[in-house]
Amino acid sequence: MVSLSGNLLFSSFILYLIATVFFAGSIKDKKGKMKEKGPNKWAKIAVFITIVGFICQLGYFITRWIVAGHAPVSNMFEFGTFFALSLVGAFIVLYYMYKTPLLGVFTLPVALLLIAFSSMFSRDISPLIPALQSHWLYIHVTTAAMGQAILGMSFAAGLIYLVKAVDQSKPSKRTFWLETIMFGLICTLGFVLVTTTFSLLDYKAEFNWIDKNGQQLKQEYTMPAITGPNEGELLTAGKFEPLVEMPGIINAKKLNTVIWSLLSGTIIYLLFRLIIRKRVGAVLQPVVKNIKLDLVDEIGYRSVLIGFPVFTLGALIFAMIWAQIAWTRFWGWDPKEVWALITFLFYAAFLHLRLSKGWHGEKSAWLAVIGFVIIMFNFVAVNLVIAGLHSYAG
Amino acid sequence: MKHVKCECGHVNPHGTILCEACGRVLQESEKDKKLVDMRYEGSARRSQTYNKTIIDKIWNFFSSVKVGVWLIVITLIASALGTILPQEMYIPPVMPAAEYYEDQYGWIGKLYYELGFHNLYSSWWYLVLIASIGISLVICSLDRMIPLWRALKAQRVARHEGFLKRQRIFGVSEASNLDVSYEKIKERLKAKRYNIREEDGNILAEKGRFSRWGPYVNHIGLIIFLIGGMLRFVPGMYIDEVLWVREGETKVIPETDGQYYLKNNKFILEVYDKDKDNKAFSNAIEEKGMVAKNYQSDVTLYKKKGETVAGQAPELEKVKDYSIKVNEPLKFEGYALYQVSYKLDELNQMTFRLNKKDSEESFGEIKIDLNDPKDRYDLGNGYAVEVVSYFPDFEFDDSGEPITKSKVPNNPAFVFKMISPDKKDGEISFVAIQQTIEPFGDNEYKMNFAGIDTKHVSSITVRKDLTLWIIALGGLIFMIGVAQGSYWNHRRIWLRRVNDEVWIAGHTNKNWHGLKREIQSVLEGTGIDDPEDQVQKETKE
Amino acid sequence: MKKRRLVIRTIILLILGAAVAYTLYANFTKDDIKKVVIGEQAPDFVLVDLNGEEHRLSDYKGQGVFLNFWGTYCKPCEKEMPYMDNQYKQFKDKGVQTLAVNVGESELSVSKFAERHKLTFPIVLDKDGQVQTAYKIGALPATFMIDKDGKVVKYHTGQLTEEMIKELMEQVQP
Repeated sequence: MVSLSGNLLFSSFILYLIATVFFAGSIKDKKGKMKEKGPNKWAKIAVFITIVGFICQLGYFITRWIVAGHAPVSNMFEFGTFFALSLVGAFIVLYYMYKTPLLGVFTLPVALLLIAFSSMFSRDISPLIPALQSHWLYIHVTTAAMGQAILGMSFAAGLIYLVKAVDQSKPSKRTFWLETIMFGLICTLGFVLVTTTFSLLDYKAEFNWIDKNGQQLKQEYTMPAITGPNEGELLTAGKFEPLVEMPGIINAKKLNTVIWSLLSGTIIYLLFRLIIRKRVGAVLQPVVKNIKLDLVDEIGYRSVLIGFPVFTLGALIFAMIWAQIAWTRFWGWDPKEVWALITFLFYAAFLHLRLSKGWHGEKSAWLAVIGFVIIMFNFVAVNLVIAGLHSYAG
Repeated sequence: MKHVKCECGHVNPHGTILCEACGRVLQESEKDKKLVDMRYEGSARRSQTYNKTIIDKIWNFFSSVKVGVWLIVITLIASALGTILPQEMYIPPVMPAAEYYEDQYGWIGKLYYELGFHNLYSSWWYLVLIASIGISLVICSLDRMIPLWRALKAQRVARHEGFLKRQRIFGVSEASNLDVSYEKIKERLKAKRYNIREEDGNILAEKGRFSRWGPYVNHIGLIIFLIGGMLRFVPGMYIDEVLWVREGETKVIPETDGQYYLKNNKFILEVYDKDKDNKAFSNAIEEKGMVAKNYQSDVTLYKKKGETVAGQAPELEKVKDYSIKVNEPLKFEGYALYQVSYKLDELNQMTFRLNKKDSEESFGEIKIDLNDPKDRYDLGNGYAVEVVSYFPDFEFDDSGEPITKSKVPNNPAFVFKMISPDKKDGEISFVAIQQTIEPFGDNEYKMNFAGIDTKHVSSITVRKDLTLWIIALGGLIFMIGVAQGSYWNHRRIWLRRVNDEVWIAGHTNKNWHGLKREIQSVLEGTGIDDPEDQVQKETKE
Repeated sequence: MKKRRLVIRTIILLILGAAVAYTLYANFTKDDIKKVVIGEQAPDFVLVDLNGEEHRLSDYKGQGVFLNFWGTYCKPCEKEMPYMDNQYKQFKDKGVQTLAVNVGESELSVSKFAERHKLTFPIVLDKDGQVQTAYKIGALPATFMIDKDGKVVKYHTGQLTEEMIKELMEQVQP
């Protein structure tokens, strides 16, 4: 059953990948045809494959739930894959509302990256610690993830808007920031590639080191150490000696992973620029040529409108109810709680700016992108960097 | 008070942009625009019309959405700052916060502490920020909701041509056979749940107006929520106490006026067993070493019978037995008792044997209750042990004297006087864990450690929060308001006969795509052309 | 009309301002919310001293009471004990009683402590913490001054000097 569950997830990953190709194909194909006819054959196949992938992933979710005896939303891997599942679900709904295959070209890669990224963390089915043993785990986490996924759709729409609207004929602040977003996505890919490579090579280097409290500890690196731990002493023979030694207050291992991801991301990005000789944004621009800007703007806005209440319900209201039961108080300024509040405040500001200050179009698209960065920060950094009550991921 | 009288005869408040009744553009500056600004229906927002006294100025400051958004953004950034390093309430109580931050995080930590960010969320300026958002919510809502309500109530069926022309969705068609078309249109609009008002061959079809109140409803919810948060500062509304109870101990529950007592029967800690529990967990358990499965205090709740004075042994009546677990607090009379922490194996009793050093001959055992030791233990046959001094939580102070750090027997130490028939005055021995000192030279007798008894201690949080229902009500109203504003649209379609033409215009507060599709299907086959989206037309040109 | 608007706005702003001011005030005084309020009746209690005698606070009506909460592990408590003893001897016949409530330590520890410091005032034991809970005792030492009518006159935490103890006792002298 466990392997079936894993295979289902893997199948869905492959299916999303194929669907992305078909969605991209449907855009190319569209050029010669009448637009009014609606989705073409390519798009129909693509969305069919997406739905099959979605069902496969749902199968993964259900089988894993049966095996574990609790909903698989309790660690980094499980949450990340559920987030991807919700994102694909939200996409399918929006696809049938607006019939825009282009949305798939941008959404599915994000979902793929999410699944790949999450799979880099421990995939073991872990038992629930006492604080998590509650039905509110399913209610709170799934609703929050769905809210974030729907809000994530506004990121995809915003990205399409920016790729189309940003003038690529000369470098500017706008092209710079658009490239920064692309670079961020590529670094995630870099992280996945580097982690996979070294895990295939079975790279393991053990260090003795002294932590900030002066205690000697052991630590295992799974990537060659660029930044070594405080007073680190390499124990495994034949592995790389660290280039730089970090002071005890910095987590050298996590920093090392970040550096590797940035490094590999930079290399991929530079190679891309070197070969294509264009900005990533500029390369994508022809893909979005036929989309109407105000339609994309509306998709983005609607995603926020639909996602905001769901997010509030899941990440704040349900969270508060559960916190009152498990942690004795509904609100305790735990970093994850604070970042959920920050997300809430950000989208509240987004809505006010749009409704009262008339921030439509490009401004709104930039905001949607920033919003997703905040959501991702809450998912990744708050779990891994800022420890708190929520850091079950380890 | 300057009122503005429109050509149509309707009297509008000062500052109105679009006539409330007919929609005619009243302000010169708006007349050049291609599309009218439909926010708040072009009503006179009060804040922008009076700016005289200081009260008006304060009012106008908080009435501005721009100020509101700034307040949100500043709060957002401030909140983020508070997560860079852990807040004071989450740091381990190993040393004072002033030292802890510098010790753990270097100069950054020191700066963080000095700026007061270690307690950011209860700092005066953060509270002022939240309060300002609250004030802004009240004033913004009042200033916008009343005029909007007036405008929507006063709107007439026939709208001014300039108003229709400046709508985003607008079209003009030649009219032929209009009566038949009108009937068809009305029927279809009705099927789509529009409310239809008709006057002189003009139609106003409207639906989902209540979604316009969504924002104000959710603001009311937020205000109630904030009031709930405020009330917790009122004494008696909110109780947060910690109660440590040893196994077997009965203690009065704080803040219950001595009415309730809690006995800890047993504390249970369970960990997952990779052989007995779900096999699927075995990898994870191996990886992590130990994973807690359950923290549980089996308790009995008692209520005091009759009146007693504090300190008197009360007569207790059992209320109920309960197993307090994480996620399963014990609730009674508005109080809730939570399992929050524990201390395993607190020393409770220690057993010593009196031995003669050279022969190892034993003269009996003494069992000392560490929470209530006796001062003399008789062993018979002329042997006895006196406890000269007792240090439950022993350490040496700066001058080398033994002292106790607390009343909890974490590290008990004793000064014993060992009395025997041959040493009637007794020999003095200082005995601590793994340590014996004989201050007056070599003794012939010694106290040999012979065993311990331990007990677990449960830490229970006592909570009472009378503000919860207000907070919950606020949350509920907020959710209703947000859903109302997000999931319904306020759509209006105007049809107006102008000479031989039919002018059609549409407006929605969101989801234009949906409105356009709806208009399309309503007009299909009526001979009236689909109106155009003037925003799209503009961008195309 | 204009006047009415001004009045309405003023009232709303005043209400909001007052609510904010109260919240801020309450937030900064929340740490010193006490169970026992100055000027109110001190909660009554009955405790047994080291000699097995019962002491009931309300039995001391008509006299002032110097009520001190302490522990043997508390250094400042230890320092003020001799002062308390001196002043106890001065005031016990002038109508001021001294009661030292130990915060639930073993009788052995307390009696050894009292012997070592040769303390003569009554020391009562609050074994199960009922009295501490009733008085909401946190940091030690904590001293309450109770007048002849049983009302709390003063509350002090932290070490006292002999001067201060004398002054306090004079305050509640009937």
